[in-house]
Amino acid sequence: MSTLELEAREFHPFDAAGSSFIYLVPSAAVFRLDETTEAILDHLSAGPRPVDELCRSLAGRFAEEEVRSGIYDLMETRAIGPRGAPPEAMPVEVPSEDFPLTTMVLNVTAKCNLSCTYCYEYGEDQIVDQTSMPRYMDEKTARESVDFMLDQAGDHEVVNLTFFGGETLLNFKLLQSTLEYANRRGAEEGKRVRFSLTTNGTLLKPEVIEWLADNDVGVTISMDGPKDVNDQFRVLNNGMGSYEMIVPKVKKLLERHTTRPIGARVTLTQQNLDVHRIYRHLTEEVGFWEVGFAPVTTSSCHSYALDEASYQSMLEQFRELAFDWLEHAVQGRHHGFSNVRESIEEIHKGFSKAYPCGAGLGLVGVATDGDVNLCHRFAGSKDHQLGTVRDGIDRSKQAKFLEEHHIAYKPDCHSCWARPLCSGGCYHEAQTRYGTTSAPNLHYCDWIRSWTHTCLEVYGALAERNPSYLQHFEA
Amino acid sequence: MRKLKGINRKAAQIESHLDELRHSEQAGAQTPEGEEGAHDVVGLRTGSPPGDPHIPLGCTLIFSPGWETDASGGTAGLCQPVERDLFDCHLGCFWPAQVPDQLNHAPDWTSRCAAAEKDWRNVDLIFP
Repeated sequence: MSTLELEAREFHPFDAAGSSFIYLVPSAAVFRLDETTEAILDHLSAGPRPVDELCRSLAGRFAEEEVRSGIYDLMETRAIGPRGAPPEAMPVEVPSEDFPLTTMVLNVTAKCNLSCTYCYEYGEDQIVDQTSMPRYMDEKTARESVDFMLDQAGDHEVVNLTFFGGETLLNFKLLQSTLEYANRRGAEEGKRVRFSLTTNGTLLKPEVIEWLADNDVGVTISMDGPKDVNDQFRVLNNGMGSYEMIVPKVKKLLERHTTRPIGARVTLTQQNLDVHRIYRHLTEEVGFWEVGFAPVTTSSCHSYALDEASYQSMLEQFRELAFDWLEHAVQGRHHGFSNVRESIEEIHKGFSKAYPCGAGLGLVGVATDGDVNLCHRFAGSKDHQLGTVRDGIDRSKQAKFLEEHHIAYKPDCHSCWARPLCSGGCYHEAQTRYGTTSAPNLHYCDWIRSWTHTCLEVYGALAERNPSYLQHFEA
Repeated sequence: MRKLKGINRKAAQIESHLDELRHSEQAGAQTPEGEEGAHDVVGLRTGSPPGDPHIPLGCTLIFSPGWETDASGGTAGLCQPVERDLFDCHLGCFWPAQVPDQLNHAPDWTSRCAAAEKDWRNVDLIFP
């Protein structure tokens, strides 16, 4: 006999493909329950119970040995524990100073040939006055940036260099010379540099497409969907829509450049929220390999900011598309909804994030003048500067940033089961909404939890119906 | 693990970690047999009889007076069953048991335990 009282610890239950699962919060592990463990957790959901009472009340359904065995497993994985035991301590380990840089985003120009109304770089929510920055990065700064990147990469054999803007291709000349220089310097250092860029597609001339394909440059195209959707916000300086100008060029790019998957990156707004239609158009009609969606980053006062009903609608459509993805994955087929693929990968690998992303740590953004910032979205912001490519990273500044932004110092997040995957959300979003990067993005907590729940359901169902597909996420 | 099936990579890590622990425990195991109540509370060192849950209770491994939890803040990693060694080990052991701070924090932790061998269950479980 034992008088020990047990209680449920921190986990999130979910059902998928007829089975019950738990997502353990401190460890980010996913376990499938059997009937006994499910019944034990069900009993404990009403509050702490002594072991003996638990065994007695489940005696009609399961042999005592089964129940005790279930309790044992649940205790070992810390899904349950003795009543009143303190929660798992949240480890506060700030990464060491020599944490290697794996990705550098190089803002090769601060200029853009489109005037998208919602743009965070130029619109009303801008953090940096773009006119105060050099319009184009010069050759010398680009080379210094490459040297800086290789120097900071530590033992990493592969480093990612992402070109960004403004409109990246406005400085095509610099892209060419920088790629050549980075390849040469990388070879000298025994490292491989992988290149990618984001563009609005307006300047995809035949010679540019050739260069992208020949040099294996990964490409992401920012566009919002069919003509009427895209042209609402993505307009030229004279107000004309950009769709007609972009699509033929993108199609040529997709035809010629087949070595890297080419994706579209869609900004969802209050006005443009037909996720299904956008997805179908961009994959079936334009031919993108994958499509990623993100709600517009803005303060809530703008007409294009998503209201609560729109977040709900986006969630429902994401959910349908996620289950569409599942059906494809069950049959071993590709589906291009990249939001769900990325989340499934994080769940499968058991990510438990101390920081929402690698900004200021494994990833930095470099402004046109060579200032090193948290990420490309903060390029040029003196308040978010970590150093310069010439003088390197100011380690004390970086350490202070990492200390202040650790999940352990976001008490609002400590009771949330989705924190291993969210960790408070995007710094730039927080800066725009709350005026500081260290605030958790409380305005979309419910959304994140619902979406993470959906992804767990998809993951559990995939693990039941076609576990071999999970191999895709092992790399 | 018999009742839970690990699905993701982190679960697999936990399973293999627990397997290793169990293996090393069983290597030196002398499972108590035949005694009444032997399956109730046992020292962690003795391992678990197959099919029986091992409910850990006992003194701490951390040499830090006033703390009654294991390194992770729980009680799962405590090493000895309270009924056997608590008082003895606290007073005379070469590696003394950690007991609550009886001057300040928990003066009454043994007040319901007149004779340890009979009443050890009444010793309070105390968290810092």
